[in-house]
Amino acid sequence: MRWVRWALGLALGCAALGLLVTRPAPLSSSEVAALPAGSAQAGENVFWAGGCASCHAAPGVSGNEKLALAGGLDLKTDFGIFVVPNISSSNEHGIGAWSLGSFASAMLKGVSPNGAHYYPSFPYGSYAKMTNQDVSDLYAFMKTLPASENQPEENQLHFPFNIRASVGGWKLLFLTTKPKVLLDQNNAILMRGQYLVEGPGHCGECHTPRNLIGGFKSNAWLSGAKNPDGEGSIPNITSGSKTVGDWSQADLVAYFETGFTPDFDSVGGSMVSVQSNLSKSPKGDLEAIAAYLKAIPAQAGGT
Amino acid sequence: MKKFALTLVSIVAFSNLAIAAEPQEARQAAMKQVGQATGLLSKMAKGETAFDAAAAQAAFATMNTVAKGFAELFPVGSETGMDTEASPAIWANMDDFKAKVAKFEADTAAASAMTLADATALGAAFGSVAENCGACHQLYRAKN
Repeated sequence: MRWVRWALGLALGCAALGLLVTRPAPLSSSEVAALPAGSAQAGENVFWAGGCASCHAAPGVSGNEKLALAGGLDLKTDFGIFVVPNISSSNEHGIGAWSLGSFASAMLKGVSPNGAHYYPSFPYGSYAKMTNQDVSDLYAFMKTLPASENQPEENQLHFPFNIRASVGGWKLLFLTTKPKVLLDQNNAILMRGQYLVEGPGHCGECHTPRNLIGGFKSNAWLSGAKNPDGEGSIPNITSGSKTVGDWSQADLVAYFETGFTPDFDSVGGSMVSVQSNLSKSPKGDLEAIAAYLKAIPAQAGGT
Repeated sequence: MKKFALTLVSIVAFSNLAIAAEPQEARQAAMKQVGQATGLLSKMAKGETAFDAAAAQAAFATMNTVAKGFAELFPVGSETGMDTEASPAIWANMDDFKAKVAKFEADTAAASAMTLADATALGAAFGSVAENCGACHQLYRAKN
Protein backbone atom coordinates (compact mmCIF):
# COMPACT_ATOMS: atom_id res chain seq x y z
CA MET A 1 0.00 0.00 0.00
CA ARG A 2 3.00 2.23 -0.29
CA TRP A 3 1.71 3.72 -3.55
CA VAL A 4 -1.43 5.03 -1.75
CA ARG A 5 0.78 6.97 0.63
CA TRP A 6 2.79 8.25 -2.31
CA ALA A 7 -0.32 9.31 -4.18
CA LEU A 8 -1.75 11.03 -1.12
CA GLY A 9 1.54 12.79 -0.52
CA LEU A 10 1.71 13.89 -4.12
CA ALA A 11 -1.88 15.22 -4.06
CA LEU A 12 -1.24 17.14 -0.85
CA GLY A 13 2.01 18.49 -2.29
CA CYS A 14 0.21 19.66 -5.43
CA ALA A 15 -2.51 21.30 -3.38
CA ALA A 16 0.06 23.05 -1.19
CA LEU A 17 2.02 24.18 -4.25
CA GLY A 18 -1.21 25.38 -5.86
CA LEU A 19 -2.15 27.41 -2.79
CA LEU A 20 1.36 28.81 -2.67
CA VAL A 21 1.34 29.83 -6.33
CA THR A 22 -2.14 31.33 -6.12
CA ARG A 23 -1.85 32.98 -2.71
CA PRO A 24 -3.05 36.60 -2.50
CA ALA A 25 -0.31 39.02 -3.54
CA PRO A 26 -0.95 42.67 -2.62
CA LEU A 27 1.21 45.52 -3.91
CA SER A 28 4.76 45.35 -2.55
CA SER A 29 5.91 47.98 -0.09
CA SER A 30 8.03 49.65 -2.77
CA GLU A 31 5.01 49.73 -5.13
CA VAL A 32 2.93 51.29 -2.38
CA ALA A 33 5.67 53.84 -1.66
CA ALA A 34 5.66 54.79 -5.35
CA LEU A 35 1.94 55.67 -5.41
CA PRO A 36 1.52 59.37 -6.21
CA ALA A 37 -0.48 61.83 -4.11
CA GLY A 38 -4.09 62.04 -5.25
CA SER A 39 -6.39 64.92 -6.11
CA ALA A 40 -10.01 64.64 -4.99
CA GLN A 41 -11.10 66.95 -7.79
CA ALA A 42 -9.52 64.77 -10.49
CA GLY A 43 -10.83 61.71 -8.68
CA GLU A 44 -14.43 62.72 -9.26
CA ASN A 45 -14.00 62.08 -12.99
CA VAL A 46 -12.54 58.65 -12.27
CA PHE A 47 -15.46 57.95 -9.95
CA TRP A 48 -18.05 58.66 -12.67
CA ALA A 49 -16.07 56.88 -15.37
CA GLY A 50 -15.80 53.85 -13.08
CA GLY A 51 -19.45 53.99 -12.10
CA CYS A 52 -18.74 52.83 -8.53
CA ALA A 53 -22.17 54.04 -7.41
CA SER A 54 -23.95 51.73 -9.89
CA CYS A 55 -23.28 48.78 -7.63
CA HIS A 56 -22.21 50.31 -4.32
CA ALA A 57 -25.02 52.83 -3.70
CA ALA A 58 -27.86 51.46 -1.59
CA PRO A 59 -30.45 49.79 -3.89
CA GLY A 60 -33.07 52.17 -5.23
CA VAL A 61 -31.59 55.51 -4.16
CA SER A 62 -31.16 58.41 -6.56
CA GLY A 63 -29.52 61.82 -6.81
CA ASN A 64 -27.00 62.75 -4.13
CA GLU A 65 -27.94 59.73 -2.03
CA LYS A 66 -25.98 57.68 -4.56
CA LEU A 67 -22.82 59.19 -3.12
CA ALA A 68 -23.24 57.27 0.14
CA LEU A 69 -21.70 53.99 -0.97
CA ALA A 70 -23.63 51.96 1.59
CA GLY A 71 -23.69 48.66 -0.33
CA GLY A 72 -26.36 46.00 0.10
CA LEU A 73 -27.31 45.31 -3.52
CA ASP A 74 -27.70 41.58 -4.27
CA LEU A 75 -25.99 40.40 -7.44
CA LYS A 76 -27.75 37.13 -8.25
CA THR A 77 -25.31 35.23 -10.43
CA ASP A 78 -24.71 31.63 -11.56
CA PHE A 79 -22.08 31.37 -8.81
CA GLY A 80 -24.49 32.43 -6.07
CA ILE A 81 -25.48 35.76 -4.55
CA PHE A 82 -22.80 38.38 -4.14
CA VAL A 83 -23.83 41.10 -1.70
CA VAL A 84 -22.18 44.41 -2.57
CA PRO A 85 -20.13 45.75 0.36
CA ASN A 86 -20.21 49.15 2.04
CA ILE A 87 -17.29 51.19 0.65
CA SER A 88 -18.33 54.50 2.19
CA SER A 89 -15.96 56.57 4.29
CA SER A 90 -17.21 54.97 7.54
CA ASN A 91 -14.23 53.82 9.58
CA GLU A 92 -16.11 50.91 11.05
CA HIS A 93 -18.33 49.60 8.25
CA GLY A 94 -16.78 51.16 5.17
CA ILE A 95 -13.26 51.77 3.95
CA GLY A 96 -12.62 55.06 5.78
CA ALA A 97 -9.76 53.57 7.78
CA TRP A 98 -7.95 52.14 4.74
CA SER A 99 -4.54 53.40 3.69
CA LEU A 100 -3.89 54.35 0.06
CA GLY A 101 -1.81 51.19 -0.21
CA SER A 102 -4.71 48.98 0.93
CA PHE A 103 -7.04 50.72 -1.51
CA ALA A 104 -4.60 50.31 -4.41
CA SER A 105 -4.03 46.61 -3.57
CA ALA A 106 -7.80 46.08 -3.68
CA MET A 107 -8.21 47.92 -6.98
CA LEU A 108 -5.14 46.63 -8.81
CA LYS A 109 -4.56 43.19 -7.25
CA GLY A 110 -7.96 42.16 -5.89
CA VAL A 111 -6.50 41.66 -2.41
CA SER A 112 -8.18 42.85 0.79
CA PRO A 113 -6.35 44.71 3.60
CA ASN A 114 -6.25 41.47 5.64
CA GLY A 115 -4.66 39.62 2.75
CA ALA A 116 -7.59 37.68 1.26
CA HIS A 117 -8.65 37.38 -2.38
CA TYR A 118 -11.64 39.40 -3.47
CA TYR A 119 -14.13 37.71 -5.75
CA PRO A 120 -13.94 39.10 -9.28
CA SER A 121 -17.55 40.29 -8.98
CA PHE A 122 -15.60 43.31 -7.75
CA PRO A 123 -14.20 44.06 -11.21
CA TYR A 124 -10.50 44.41 -10.37
CA GLY A 125 -9.91 42.31 -13.50
CA SER A 126 -10.58 45.62 -15.30
CA TYR A 127 -9.32 48.02 -12.65
CA ALA A 128 -5.93 46.28 -12.75
CA LYS A 129 -5.30 48.35 -15.89
CA MET A 130 -5.83 51.66 -14.13
CA THR A 131 -2.99 54.11 -13.73
CA ASN A 132 -1.58 54.69 -10.24
CA GLN A 133 -2.55 58.34 -10.59
CA ASP A 134 -6.21 57.50 -11.24
CA VAL A 135 -6.25 55.09 -8.28
CA SER A 136 -4.76 57.76 -5.99
CA ASP A 137 -7.18 60.41 -7.27
CA LEU A 138 -10.15 58.09 -6.76
CA TYR A 139 -8.96 57.33 -3.22
CA ALA A 140 -8.77 61.06 -2.49
CA PHE A 141 -12.27 61.67 -3.90
CA MET A 142 -13.87 58.78 -2.03
CA LYS A 143 -12.49 60.21 1.23
CA THR A 144 -14.78 63.21 0.64
CA LEU A 145 -17.97 61.11 0.35
CA PRO A 146 -20.42 60.59 3.24
CA ALA A 147 -20.12 57.71 5.70
CA SER A 148 -22.80 55.03 5.95
CA GLU A 149 -23.07 52.63 8.87
CA ASN A 150 -24.97 50.06 6.84
CA GLN A 151 -23.78 46.48 7.29
CA PRO A 152 -24.70 44.37 4.25
CA GLU A 153 -25.36 40.63 4.53
CA GLU A 154 -22.75 37.98 3.71
CA ASN A 155 -22.38 36.51 0.22
CA GLN A 156 -24.26 33.26 -0.43
CA LEU A 157 -22.18 31.33 -2.92
CA HIS A 158 -22.43 27.78 -4.24
CA PHE A 159 -19.67 25.22 -3.75
CA PRO A 160 -16.84 25.39 -4.86
CA PHE A 161 -17.06 29.14 -5.40
CA ASN A 162 -17.59 29.68 -1.67
CA ILE A 163 -13.94 28.69 -1.13
CA ARG A 164 -12.20 32.02 -1.37
CA ALA A 165 -8.80 30.46 -2.05
CA SER A 166 -10.21 29.21 -5.39
CA VAL A 167 -10.12 32.80 -6.60
CA GLY A 168 -6.35 32.42 -6.72
CA GLY A 169 -6.78 29.94 -9.57
CA TRP A 170 -9.10 32.35 -11.37
CA LYS A 171 -6.50 35.09 -11.09
CA LEU A 172 -3.77 32.80 -12.36
CA LEU A 173 -5.86 32.00 -15.43
CA PHE A 174 -7.58 35.31 -16.16
CA LEU A 175 -6.11 38.32 -14.36
CA THR A 176 -4.03 40.23 -16.87
CA THR A 177 -3.24 43.82 -17.76
CA LYS A 178 -2.75 42.96 -21.44
CA PRO A 179 -4.96 44.96 -23.86
CA LYS A 180 -8.04 43.08 -25.11
CA VAL A 181 -7.62 44.33 -28.67
CA LEU A 182 -4.68 45.81 -30.55
CA LEU A 183 -5.27 49.33 -31.81
CA ASP A 184 -3.20 52.14 -33.27
CA GLN A 185 -1.04 53.24 -30.34
CA ASN A 186 -0.37 56.60 -31.96
CA ASN A 187 -4.05 57.48 -31.90
CA ALA A 188 -4.45 59.27 -28.57
CA ILE A 189 -8.27 59.25 -28.73
CA LEU A 190 -8.41 55.49 -29.32
CA MET A 191 -5.90 54.89 -26.55
CA ARG A 192 -7.98 56.99 -24.16
CA GLY A 193 -11.11 55.08 -25.19
CA GLN A 194 -9.34 51.76 -24.70
CA TYR A 195 -8.18 52.80 -21.25
CA LEU A 196 -11.67 53.91 -20.20
CA VAL A 197 -13.54 50.89 -21.60
CA GLU A 198 -11.08 48.16 -20.60
CA GLY A 199 -9.96 49.80 -17.35
CA PRO A 200 -12.08 51.95 -15.02
CA GLY A 201 -15.27 51.76 -17.13
CA HIS A 202 -15.14 47.92 -16.89
CA CYS A 203 -17.64 47.61 -19.79
CA GLY A 204 -16.46 44.09 -20.63
CA GLU A 205 -17.56 42.76 -17.25
CA CYS A 206 -21.18 42.65 -18.44
CA HIS A 207 -20.87 42.97 -22.23
CA THR A 208 -18.47 40.03 -22.77
CA PRO A 209 -19.59 36.40 -22.43
CA ARG A 210 -17.88 34.21 -19.84
CA ASN A 211 -16.90 30.55 -19.63
CA LEU A 212 -18.04 28.17 -16.88
CA ILE A 213 -15.44 29.36 -14.39
CA GLY A 214 -16.04 33.04 -14.94
CA GLY A 215 -13.28 33.98 -17.38
CA PHE A 216 -13.97 35.97 -20.54
CA LYS A 217 -14.44 33.80 -23.62
CA SER A 218 -11.71 34.48 -26.14
CA ASN A 219 -12.42 36.30 -29.41
CA ALA A 220 -15.75 37.53 -28.13
CA TRP A 221 -14.77 40.89 -26.61
CA LEU A 222 -17.89 43.02 -26.01
CA SER A 223 -20.00 40.67 -28.15
CA GLY A 224 -22.84 40.59 -25.62
CA ALA A 225 -23.69 38.12 -22.91
CA LYS A 226 -26.40 36.72 -20.79
CA ASN A 227 -27.34 39.15 -18.03
CA PRO A 228 -25.04 38.15 -15.13
CA ASP A 229 -27.66 39.40 -12.66
CA GLY A 230 -31.18 38.38 -13.56
CA GLU A 231 -33.36 38.31 -16.66
CA GLY A 232 -32.56 39.06 -20.26
CA SER A 233 -29.28 39.66 -21.99
CA ILE A 234 -26.64 42.35 -22.26
CA PRO A 235 -26.20 43.55 -25.85
CA ASN A 236 -23.32 43.16 -28.24
CA ILE A 237 -21.75 46.64 -28.48
CA THR A 238 -19.30 46.04 -31.33
CA SER A 239 -20.08 47.24 -34.85
CA GLY A 240 -21.37 43.71 -35.58
CA SER A 241 -24.27 44.19 -33.18
CA LYS A 242 -27.80 43.84 -34.57
CA THR A 243 -29.02 46.66 -32.34
CA VAL A 244 -26.23 49.22 -31.97
CA GLY A 245 -23.79 48.13 -34.69
CA ASP A 246 -24.90 50.78 -37.16
CA TRP A 247 -24.97 53.66 -34.68
CA SER A 248 -22.56 56.43 -35.59
CA GLN A 249 -19.98 57.74 -33.16
CA ALA A 250 -22.22 60.78 -32.61
CA ASP A 251 -25.20 58.47 -31.90
CA LEU A 252 -23.17 56.67 -29.23
CA VAL A 253 -22.09 59.94 -27.61
CA ALA A 254 -25.69 61.24 -27.62
CA TYR A 255 -26.80 57.99 -25.98
CA PHE A 256 -24.15 58.30 -23.25
CA GLU A 257 -25.19 61.91 -22.64
CA THR A 258 -28.99 61.57 -22.73
CA GLY A 259 -29.93 57.89 -22.50
CA PHE A 260 -31.81 58.06 -25.78
CA THR A 261 -31.13 55.82 -28.77
CA PRO A 262 -31.10 57.31 -32.29
CA ASP A 263 -34.82 56.52 -32.65
CA PHE A 264 -35.58 57.86 -29.16
CA ASP A 265 -36.07 54.62 -27.40
CA SER A 266 -34.62 54.96 -23.93
CA VAL A 267 -31.97 53.18 -21.94
CA GLY A 268 -33.19 50.35 -19.68
CA GLY A 269 -32.12 47.89 -17.00
CA SER A 270 -28.72 48.15 -15.35
CA MET A 271 -27.54 50.47 -18.15
CA VAL A 272 -29.73 53.27 -16.70
CA SER A 273 -27.33 53.74 -13.84
CA VAL A 274 -24.27 53.30 -16.06
CA GLN A 275 -25.57 55.97 -18.45
CA SER A 276 -26.41 58.31 -15.60
CA ASN A 277 -22.77 58.07 -14.44
CA LEU A 278 -21.39 58.40 -17.97
CA SER A 279 -23.42 61.56 -18.52
CA LYS A 280 -21.27 63.21 -15.85
CA SER A 281 -18.04 62.45 -17.74
CA PRO A 282 -16.28 65.04 -19.93
CA LYS A 283 -17.51 64.95 -23.53
CA GLY A 284 -14.00 64.18 -24.77
CA ASP A 285 -14.02 60.94 -22.78
CA LEU A 286 -17.42 59.93 -24.19
CA GLU A 287 -16.11 60.60 -27.70
CA ALA A 288 -13.06 58.45 -26.95
CA ILE A 289 -15.27 55.58 -25.74
CA ALA A 290 -17.38 55.85 -28.90
CA ALA A 291 -14.27 55.93 -31.11
CA TYR A 292 -12.95 52.80 -29.40
CA LEU A 293 -16.25 50.93 -29.83
CA LYS A 294 -16.22 51.75 -33.55
CA ALA A 295 -12.58 50.63 -33.91
CA ILE A 296 -12.64 47.20 -32.24
CA PRO A 297 -13.30 44.02 -34.24
CA ALA A 298 -16.96 43.47 -35.14
CA GLN A 299 -18.45 40.43 -33.42
CA ALA A 300 -21.48 38.55 -34.64
CA GLY A 301 -24.15 37.22 -32.34
CA GLY A 302 -25.75 38.60 -29.23
CA THR A 303 -28.56 41.12 -29.33
CA MET B 1 -75.51 31.86 -47.70
CA LYS B 2 -73.85 35.01 -48.87
CA LYS B 3 -74.90 36.73 -45.70
CA PHE B 4 -73.51 33.88 -43.65
CA ALA B 5 -70.19 34.08 -45.46
CA LEU B 6 -70.07 37.81 -44.91
CA THR B 7 -70.75 37.36 -41.21
CA LEU B 8 -68.02 34.75 -41.09
CA VAL B 9 -65.60 37.05 -42.84
CA SER B 10 -66.40 39.85 -40.45
CA ILE B 11 -65.99 37.57 -37.45
CA VAL B 12 -62.60 36.46 -38.72
CA ALA B 13 -61.64 40.04 -39.44
CA PHE B 14 -62.81 41.12 -36.01
CA SER B 15 -60.90 38.39 -34.21
CA ASN B 16 -57.78 39.36 -36.18
CA LEU B 17 -58.29 42.85 -34.90
CA ALA B 18 -58.60 41.50 -31.39
CA ILE B 19 -55.33 39.62 -31.84
CA ALA B 20 -53.65 42.81 -33.06
CA ALA B 21 -54.72 44.50 -29.85
CA GLU B 22 -53.04 42.03 -27.48
CA PRO B 23 -51.71 43.99 -24.48
CA GLN B 24 -48.10 43.20 -25.36
CA GLU B 25 -48.54 44.81 -28.77
CA ALA B 26 -50.67 47.67 -27.50
CA ARG B 27 -48.01 48.70 -24.99
CA GLN B 28 -45.26 48.39 -27.58
CA ALA B 29 -47.24 50.69 -29.87
CA ALA B 30 -47.85 53.07 -26.97
CA MET B 31 -44.15 53.28 -26.16
CA LYS B 32 -43.39 53.91 -29.87
CA GLN B 33 -45.71 56.92 -29.71
CA VAL B 34 -43.86 58.20 -26.67
CA GLY B 35 -40.58 57.64 -28.52
CA GLN B 36 -41.77 59.72 -31.46
CA ALA B 37 -42.88 62.55 -29.18
CA THR B 38 -39.54 62.31 -27.36
CA GLY B 39 -37.66 62.63 -30.64
CA LEU B 40 -39.60 65.73 -31.61
CA LEU B 41 -39.02 67.36 -28.21
CA SER B 42 -35.36 66.41 -27.93
CA LYS B 43 -34.49 67.77 -31.39
CA MET B 44 -36.37 70.98 -30.68
CA ALA B 45 -34.71 71.42 -27.28
CA LYS B 46 -31.27 70.93 -28.84
CA GLY B 47 -32.03 73.46 -31.58
CA GLU B 48 -31.84 70.86 -34.35
CA THR B 49 -35.37 71.80 -35.41
CA ALA B 50 -37.15 75.14 -35.13
CA PHE B 51 -38.86 75.91 -31.82
CA ASP B 52 -42.65 75.50 -32.05
CA ALA B 53 -44.47 75.90 -28.73
CA ALA B 54 -47.75 74.41 -29.98
CA ALA B 55 -46.03 71.30 -31.41
CA ALA B 56 -44.10 70.84 -28.19
CA GLN B 57 -47.23 71.05 -26.08
CA ALA B 58 -48.95 68.59 -28.40
CA ALA B 59 -46.05 66.16 -27.97
CA PHE B 60 -46.29 66.39 -24.17
CA ALA B 61 -50.06 65.87 -24.49
CA THR B 62 -49.47 62.73 -26.60
CA MET B 63 -47.25 61.36 -23.85
CA ASN B 64 -49.91 62.22 -21.31
CA THR B 65 -52.62 60.38 -23.26
CA VAL B 66 -50.40 57.30 -23.47
CA ALA B 67 -49.59 57.51 -19.74
CA LYS B 68 -53.28 57.59 -18.78
CA GLY B 69 -54.13 54.07 -19.94
CA PHE B 70 -50.67 52.59 -19.82
CA ALA B 71 -50.75 50.71 -16.50
CA GLU B 72 -53.92 48.90 -17.67
CA LEU B 73 -51.95 47.27 -20.49
CA PHE B 74 -50.23 44.86 -18.11
CA PRO B 75 -52.96 42.37 -17.13
CA VAL B 76 -51.98 39.07 -15.54
CA GLY B 77 -51.34 36.66 -18.40
CA SER B 78 -49.45 39.17 -20.55
CA GLU B 79 -46.09 38.61 -18.87
CA THR B 80 -44.51 36.91 -21.86
CA GLY B 81 -44.84 36.61 -25.60
CA MET B 82 -44.60 38.86 -28.65
CA ASP B 83 -41.03 39.86 -27.83
CA THR B 84 -42.20 41.72 -24.78
CA GLU B 85 -39.45 43.49 -22.90
CA ALA B 86 -41.63 43.98 -19.84
CA SER B 87 -39.76 42.73 -16.79
CA PRO B 88 -41.43 40.18 -14.48
CA ALA B 89 -40.67 42.77 -11.78
CA ILE B 90 -43.74 44.72 -12.98
CA TRP B 91 -46.13 42.05 -11.75
CA ALA B 92 -44.14 41.52 -8.56
CA ASN B 93 -44.29 45.26 -7.74
CA MET B 94 -47.51 46.34 -9.43
CA ASP B 95 -48.22 49.16 -6.96
CA ASP B 96 -44.82 50.73 -7.46
CA PHE B 97 -45.10 50.29 -11.22
CA LYS B 98 -48.48 52.06 -11.19
CA ALA B 99 -47.02 54.85 -9.06
CA LYS B 100 -44.24 55.36 -11.59
CA VAL B 101 -46.74 55.52 -14.46
CA ALA B 102 -48.84 57.97 -12.42
CA LYS B 103 -45.79 60.21 -11.95
CA PHE B 104 -45.17 60.14 -15.70
CA GLU B 105 -48.81 61.09 -16.24
CA ALA B 106 -48.59 63.99 -13.76
CA ASP B 107 -45.27 65.28 -15.17
CA THR B 108 -46.49 65.19 -18.76
CA ALA B 109 -49.76 66.92 -17.77
CA ALA B 110 -47.75 69.69 -16.10
CA ALA B 111 -45.46 70.06 -19.11
CA SER B 112 -48.29 70.19 -21.64
CA ALA B 113 -49.97 72.95 -19.60
CA MET B 114 -46.81 75.10 -19.47
CA THR B 115 -46.37 78.20 -21.57
CA LEU B 116 -43.04 77.53 -23.23
CA ALA B 117 -41.20 80.72 -24.21
CA ASP B 118 -38.23 79.22 -26.05
CA ALA B 119 -36.05 76.16 -26.60
CA THR B 120 -34.31 76.65 -23.24
CA ALA B 121 -37.60 76.55 -21.36
CA LEU B 122 -38.58 73.51 -23.40
CA GLY B 123 -35.27 71.85 -22.53
CA ALA B 124 -35.97 72.22 -18.81
CA ALA B 125 -39.52 70.89 -19.14
CA PHE B 126 -38.33 68.02 -21.33
CA GLY B 127 -35.56 67.14 -18.88
CA SER B 128 -37.95 66.61 -16.00
CA VAL B 129 -40.28 64.51 -18.14
CA ALA B 130 -37.42 62.45 -19.60
CA GLU B 131 -36.21 61.45 -16.13
CA ASN B 132 -39.27 59.23 -15.97
CA CYS B 133 -38.00 57.04 -18.83
CA GLY B 134 -34.90 55.78 -17.07
CA ALA B 135 -36.49 55.71 -13.63
CA CYS B 136 -39.11 53.22 -14.82
CA HIS B 137 -37.04 51.29 -17.38
CA GLN B 138 -34.28 50.62 -14.89
CA LEU B 139 -36.52 48.32 -12.90
CA TYR B 140 -39.28 47.33 -15.25
CA ARG B 141 -37.78 46.77 -18.64
CA ALA B 142 -35.72 43.71 -19.51
CA LYS B 143 -33.91 43.65 -22.82
CA ASN B 144 -34.22 40.39 -24.70
